[in-house]
Amino acid sequence: MLSAKNRLGLVFFPAFDWAISYSHPEREERLLYTQDQIFEEGIQDIDNINFYNPTVASIKDVQRVHFCVPDVDLRVTKSHLISAGGAIKAAHMVIDKEVDKAFALIRPPGHHAQRVVYGDRGFCIINIEAVMLENIRAKLNPCRVAIVDTDCHHGDGTQDIYWNDRDTLFISFHQDGRTLYPGTGFLDEFGGPGALGYNINIPLPPGTGDAGFLYVLDNLVLPILSEYKPDLIVNSAGQDNHYTDPLTNMNFSAQGYAELNHKLNPDIAVLEGGYSIEGALPYVNLGIILAMAGLDYSKVQEPDFNIQNVEQTMEITDYIKRLCEKIYKHWKQRDRLARDLRKGKDYIIRQRQVYYDTDSIMEYQTQKFKVCYKCSGVNTIQSDSDKGMPILAVTIPRDACPSCIDEGYKIFKEANSQKYCYIYLQDKVNDEYLDKQF
Amino acid sequence: MIIGLDMGGTHVDAVLIHQGEIIEAIKSPTDRTNLLDSVWVPLKLLLSKAKTSQIERIILSTTISTNAIIEQKTDPVGMIIECGPGLQNDFLCCGRENIFISGYIDHRGREIRSFDNSEIEHAIKTFKHVEIPSVAITGKFSIRNPEHEIKIHETLKDEFSFITLGHTLSGKLNFPRRVFTSYYNSAVSSTFHRFSKSIHEALQREKINAPIFVLKADGGTMSLKTGDKSPVQTILSGPAASIMGGQAFLSTTKDAVFLDIGGTTTDISFLADGAPLFEPLGINIGAFPTLVRALYSVSMGVGGDSKVTVKDKKLVIGPVRQGAPKALGGPCPTPTDAMIVLNLINIGDRHKAITAMEEIGKPLDLDPKVAAKTVLNTMANMIKNQIEKLLDNINSHPVYTVKELLYGKKIKPEFIQVIGGPAKAMASILAETLDLPCWYPKAYEAANAVGAALARTTAEITMFVDTAQGTLSVPEVGLHDKVSQGYSLEESKLYALALIKQQSLLFGAKEDEIEAEIIEESSFNIVRGFYTSGKNLRIRAQTKPGLIFQLRSDKNVVC
Repeated sequence: MLSAKNRLGLVFFPAFDWAISYSHPEREERLLYTQDQIFEEGIQDIDNINFYNPTVASIKDVQRVHFCVPDVDLRVTKSHLISAGGAIKAAHMVIDKEVDKAFALIRPPGHHAQRVVYGDRGFCIINIEAVMLENIRAKLNPCRVAIVDTDCHHGDGTQDIYWNDRDTLFISFHQDGRTLYPGTGFLDEFGGPGALGYNINIPLPPGTGDAGFLYVLDNLVLPILSEYKPDLIVNSAGQDNHYTDPLTNMNFSAQGYAELNHKLNPDIAVLEGGYSIEGALPYVNLGIILAMAGLDYSKVQEPDFNIQNVEQTMEITDYIKRLCEKIYKHWKQRDRLARDLRKGKDYIIRQRQVYYDTDSIMEYQTQKFKVCYKCSGVNTIQSDSDKGMPILAVTIPRDACPSCIDEGYKIFKEANSQKYCYIYLQDKVNDEYLDKQF
Repeated sequence: MIIGLDMGGTHVDAVLIHQGEIIEAIKSPTDRTNLLDSVWVPLKLLLSKAKTSQIERIILSTTISTNAIIEQKTDPVGMIIECGPGLQNDFLCCGRENIFISGYIDHRGREIRSFDNSEIEHAIKTFKHVEIPSVAITGKFSIRNPEHEIKIHETLKDEFSFITLGHTLSGKLNFPRRVFTSYYNSAVSSTFHRFSKSIHEALQREKINAPIFVLKADGGTMSLKTGDKSPVQTILSGPAASIMGGQAFLSTTKDAVFLDIGGTTTDISFLADGAPLFEPLGINIGAFPTLVRALYSVSMGVGGDSKVTVKDKKLVIGPVRQGAPKALGGPCPTPTDAMIVLNLINIGDRHKAITAMEEIGKPLDLDPKVAAKTVLNTMANMIKNQIEKLLDNINSHPVYTVKELLYGKKIKPEFIQVIGGPAKAMASILAETLDLPCWYPKAYEAANAVGAALARTTAEITMFVDTAQGTLSVPEVGLHDKVSQGYSLEESKLYALALIKQQSLLFGAKEDEIEAEIIEESSFNIVRGFYTSGKNLRIRAQTKPGLIFQLRSDKNVVC
């Protein structure tokens, strides 16, 4: 029988009894054909590959990452807690060295879920990778992590969560936001004042093929990773760059995804989007599993595969080359750019509108980051939505200095109760979460 | 009258049952060099105790196929394997010759590419050239669409003496196991066929016309004739015989541990709500895992005749058996010697047993009686640890729905049932160690033969309906048909129940003993764009393993 080079843990949880709605892309049979393929290939019988059930994430796990309005119970279902719990299980197995690598094939996805949660956006309510990461960080600190988001949509939720955290390098490559939901993920979204440069977006033109993705990996992502030296690499493994995906316009193949994971060599992969459930997912997931296990994936191919499916134009090739150069230069200048940004300022403020497409909610935010030279700085979010419920959320970062901790508690205590329905405090130093209702 | 026979590695147990009671039980040694006689001698002895016209049925649980595989006395097989894309495939080369062909069926059973006829011609030539008599044809996803296997079979059916089609052996998804199972089926076919033919002829000579069944690893029977077609289903039927035997003495709806303690090993299995647990996919034998449906049973190297030694002031029991217990002239101390010292059984030379326990007790500073007690406690603890490990494993088996993850069944044994030679001696120690009531049947030594005698015919089918494509397939019965777009789950279930009954009758079941049930059902929408274009229905139906009746003697014992 076959034996895998790497011990691989698979948390495979298709949640066959859960859907957003019966014809929604995020519905019961999303992983049905993937399951068929994995079972038929006999993955269960390969030595060193083992299957595990998810655990159920706790409310506390969610509160380490999110401000759910009004609270976790009302926003988050059991299915979401199980999906995040699947990611947590995968991470625990890697941290505890039960396996060398783990892949959580779970749903629903999470990378569009931001810090404040008024509802469902981009099929996500809680950010499963972030919930996973903060769970292990509660035990394993410090822990430098690189999240590489290979979903076709910009991982705007993960970006928001780690915006000001230089211990988490977030790299997202995605179809250019001018042509696809959520419409963000441009080069100038480069991180907050405490972590400028540690949020890297690589917006790719529609029609990017295997060669383009692998070029970005080889010439931009891998060099940055080798400089950043993370303790852990997480692949936020969306599969909708596939040439058959109904929601996107890219030309990536199962072979390409396998190759990417082979080269990226992530410790943990977590399934995100990908809605070509028959034509792509069975083959892409198989490719990723084999690549992570260190097995031969050269025979993995889609039934309708044709070399034209993955070709890209010369213009795209040139564009990507120039793009990579520009981003790499930007990365190299991050310290100087950060100094320029902070210079003479006490606070950096950014105004944002966040649209919850799945639940049709518009949220208006003001994020305020303290410029602190001792830590990444206490920060707040003032938010309101077109459905009401204004809130104030205070975050004391993991590396907070005593004065930022004091300031965080002071803001929480003294906030004007007339203005908000809820006030929240996330104290990452002491792993505490407080809320007040008015 | 019913005759049940179970051939094990060392002994053959046979019973004659009449009106719910065992009227004769015999034990004879297995002659590995002559398995046919090993069956025929005790069988003939029992037949002589009954009137030939009174024999209603004969059920045999044999190691014929198992032995052929383990001793590698199988026929060379020519494999035709249709892989399609996916895993690399050289690990599938289990046959003497392995021809990989280019066709390809996808997960929904759609033909993506046809194979090339010249590939089949090439296979025939290659196999003929080295005089391979048996062939197995297996394709990836052939259970979703068996047309390629069937077409290939048409081309070469007149050229070879035995051909296995992968899709007929199991409806479960697992291509490598399907390849290996098909291989084994063809590899043991002539061995099994010779056996079945001899038994058939021998019984005819004795003018016995009663139907003959063989026991399968799933605890059910099939007619000898069906066995000729899928002999692989008869491998490792021994543990199933024991488990079914346990059922004959006791009916329960509780969770339980079932132990069969033999000379060399202890087999552990479980009852969930009173029903024996299945292996999730199938059993492993020889070098390969298979899709042979089997009752769950895990063997550990601890038994009555296990070698007992002291290493670094610690007792070590098993995993080897070096011979009989010391009390019976064997070379080393065994748990059986301990049982003799403690007066739990009364066999052999008691003095020798005491000497054996002195040998064990000395380095531990224990007198023989305490040493004996320690040996049995250690043995019980080893069994307990293994049970706990297995339960942990079983209770964390992968599940795929939110409901199962949150509220799924966990097995929590409420009692132990133990059979086998040392059953009676070990019962109270096991009860104490596992803190569970422990029960053994009166005829605990012949339970396996009783299990064989009373087992019902079983069958399983898997139905896969795709209304978007308008297809319905049931691989185990070779059905691949058209259905209407509106075909419903309810219709499918009714059809599946009808098919499973038909299949059971074909396997030799009597109409009134068939207990057909749906064991899995699911219905998924197939969506194109944002509209439902059809349904994907998956149904599994079985005739439950069970007994034609319970033994009368212990019938009233209900746990």
